[in-house]
Amino acid sequence: MSRRIIGPFNRVEGDLEVQIEFSDAKVSKAWVVSPLYRGFEQMLHGKDPMDALVYVPRICGICSVAQSVAAARAIAHAQGVDMPANGELATNLVLATENLADHLTHFYLFFMPDFARETYANEDWFTDAQQRFKAVEGSAAREVLPARAEFMHLMGLLAGKWPHSLALQPGGTSRSLETQEKARISSILYSFRQFLEQVLFGDMLENVIALDSVAALDDWVTQAAPASSDFRHFLHIAQALELQSLGRGTDRFMSYGVYALEGKPLFAAGTWDGDAGELDQAVIREDISHSWMHHQAEAKHPYDGVTQPSADQADAYTWCKAPRLDGQVMEVGALARQVVNGHPLIRDLVAQSGGNVRNRVIARLLEIALVVVEMEQWTSRIRPREPFCTHAALPDEAQGYGMIEAARGSLGHWMRLKKGRILNYQIIAPTTWNFSPRDAGGTPGALEQALIGAPLRDGEQDPVSVQHIVRSFDPCMVCTVH
Amino acid sequence: MAQHRDSKLNLLWLQSGGCGGCTLSLLGAESPDLLTTFDSAGIRLLWHPSLSEQSASGLHELLQQIINGDIRLDLFCLEGSVIQGPDGSGLFHRLSGSDRPMRDWIHDLSKVAHYSIAIGSCAAFGGITSGGGNPSEACGLQFENSVPGGLLGESFNAIEGLPVINIAGCPVHPNWVTESLLQIAHGDMNRQELDEFNRPRSYTDHLVHHACPRNEFYEFKASAAKPSDLGCLMENMGCLGTQAHADCNIRPWNGEGSCIRGGYACINCTQPGFQEPDYSFTTTQKIAGIPVGLPTDMPKAWFIALASLSKAATPKRLRENAHADHILVTPGNRDKDK
Repeated sequence: MSRRIIGPFNRVEGDLEVQIEFSDAKVSKAWVVSPLYRGFEQMLHGKDPMDALVYVPRICGICSVAQSVAAARAIAHAQGVDMPANGELATNLVLATENLADHLTHFYLFFMPDFARETYANEDWFTDAQQRFKAVEGSAAREVLPARAEFMHLMGLLAGKWPHSLALQPGGTSRSLETQEKARISSILYSFRQFLEQVLFGDMLENVIALDSVAALDDWVTQAAPASSDFRHFLHIAQALELQSLGRGTDRFMSYGVYALEGKPLFAAGTWDGDAGELDQAVIREDISHSWMHHQAEAKHPYDGVTQPSADQADAYTWCKAPRLDGQVMEVGALARQVVNGHPLIRDLVAQSGGNVRNRVIARLLEIALVVVEMEQWTSRIRPREPFCTHAALPDEAQGYGMIEAARGSLGHWMRLKKGRILNYQIIAPTTWNFSPRDAGGTPGALEQALIGAPLRDGEQDPVSVQHIVRSFDPCMVCTVH
Repeated sequence: MAQHRDSKLNLLWLQSGGCGGCTLSLLGAESPDLLTTFDSAGIRLLWHPSLSEQSASGLHELLQQIINGDIRLDLFCLEGSVIQGPDGSGLFHRLSGSDRPMRDWIHDLSKVAHYSIAIGSCAAFGGITSGGGNPSEACGLQFENSVPGGLLGESFNAIEGLPVINIAGCPVHPNWVTESLLQIAHGDMNRQELDEFNRPRSYTDHLVHHACPRNEFYEFKASAAKPSDLGCLMENMGCLGTQAHADCNIRPWNGEGSCIRGGYACINCTQPGFQEPDYSFTTTQKIAGIPVGLPTDMPKAWFIALASLSKAATPKRLRENAHADHILVTPGNRDKDK
């Protein structure tokens, strides 16, 4: 059986290659290859720890703030410093703005254009999909880019700019807000809510959030025509193509928890495999048995992790390491976050059909509705003229980690300091979890498992099903290998 | 070669050793939005990694057709540095689905491009990707930090006769890119429009200091001491706005902001080598209490004399507000205070 090599995948962040073997017109084996290595962990060695706040956002232009927040949390952990209430609220607003912009960009620019491909030309829904979602030319992109740009004015107000802000500090944010700026944030959120309700959902956000079962969702879909909103449009196509049976993953989900207020996250940390589990960062290990890294005897916890690239290693096929939680492959992302947190619709979807292309997209869109409502609340709780940032010295010898949720899932930074300098800095990004290679036991990563069974349509060389499955994870390859 | 120019300009955009942040910044273009800007400039997108439909083998065919001369390449944009490692092999970035290092594709495409454009400081000079010990052996298209050369060599000119146009920044402001593309489309890009590092003078003839909202604090040397303070960021917080070539405070970022407006230092991200300042980014390096990096064009003795004079004259309002995170003392009213 010959291996087919597919790549590059565009409309993902960064460069990606997938190698697959077929049998009976279905994918029987898959290998995920991350072909770019830059070496941020090596760069950070020996630096002033505060300089991590300059370097790490530049790992990734799409998860830039998430990288900043993880680094700031790691430094704060080493300092033992807490944020004032305004600092938490402003940090949450900035991180939420990035996460929601990423969800929006993913849906409209990265994911939906695949349904406008010629391979679907004979489907009865094709003309509408093409008119709305075709890459560059479709009507949706022209509507979404201005709405997204206006929404990102929140970054101008709260973080100076995006991407690559230095406003996210261990003790809060460097940008305090005045009363009129708080008002402007509210009005930008109002405008964004209008876009979502009129264009994306065709319904009030509260009604979308209140969908509490698969039956309720099915009923909601039929209440209006597919063309009445882009969410319904997607659900209509998803039903026609049975996307709920495409790209089933490991069905073991993980979330680090995110959007803390008084230290307690809005979306809880934990695991889900049909039952809820506690998250224990001490049992995370990174395996490099199939990575282009100088091999070591055993998988290591990130505090002890080593990143020494080596282009020729037997059995290696990617620059990506293979993180495991207590030895297990985990899926991360909006679906994982919402199933762990217990949203009833997402729990029901996962109970009925597990992690799959359709459910991953539904969870992402639901999360847009959930978080905008929270952002409105956070904004109203900001108290101008009270502090946004506390200040603390950093000990010369310390260690700390920052574990948060980026748009694409669980992001962790582990940092050790010696003589006031970074001794070791290790990063495990969301797509490192989802797109990891095989581990020493030969167990494939989450995407490698999800691709098994992906069908070939008649006459296809590059199966569109593989494109859907890959993009359903919203991969960020520049984070994956940093 | 079957190349004839119709009324459209063909644009190809590739990414290599970078973070994709310049594209994400560009997607935020406003007045007009990015796609309308392309339309107005008569730009046809041959391929862009975040926007185009085509994937995988379709891209390889397209690149080969361009290199063969079957498709005219008017505008070649590279985002991210050129990766030469490990050991000069280029294998730290191989183009997916091909056996070749991305470096070699970039080289071949640059040779057939009418204009070659480096998007961001990584593509221009190596940028943040060449930080630390430069583990990936990254360089820019025609520079390695401030040294001419890079991948294409000092003497390289694209077909229209210009060197690589370096739209430096980390990331770029969306309008630095859209306005440069429009300038090219209108026939208004020439050597006189480029500065010593081949950056468009449209934005590098300015300093970040221009229109800085903290200018009054700067004038009186009323300085911030910690993040979120309102005072000038130059004396203690590492701000290089008085040296940095860019118009960040003249035109806002994301409609409202800039680094300094966000409460943090300008790190001079349009400058070759900005990624290794030899000291912490957010602490001002000083000798005998005087910042090492003084404002561009200003004689040191004058700076010291003016600084000590203005410090002596600092109004209470600025002295107190500089160390606060909101305005404590409001401006007086000269008529009323008489």
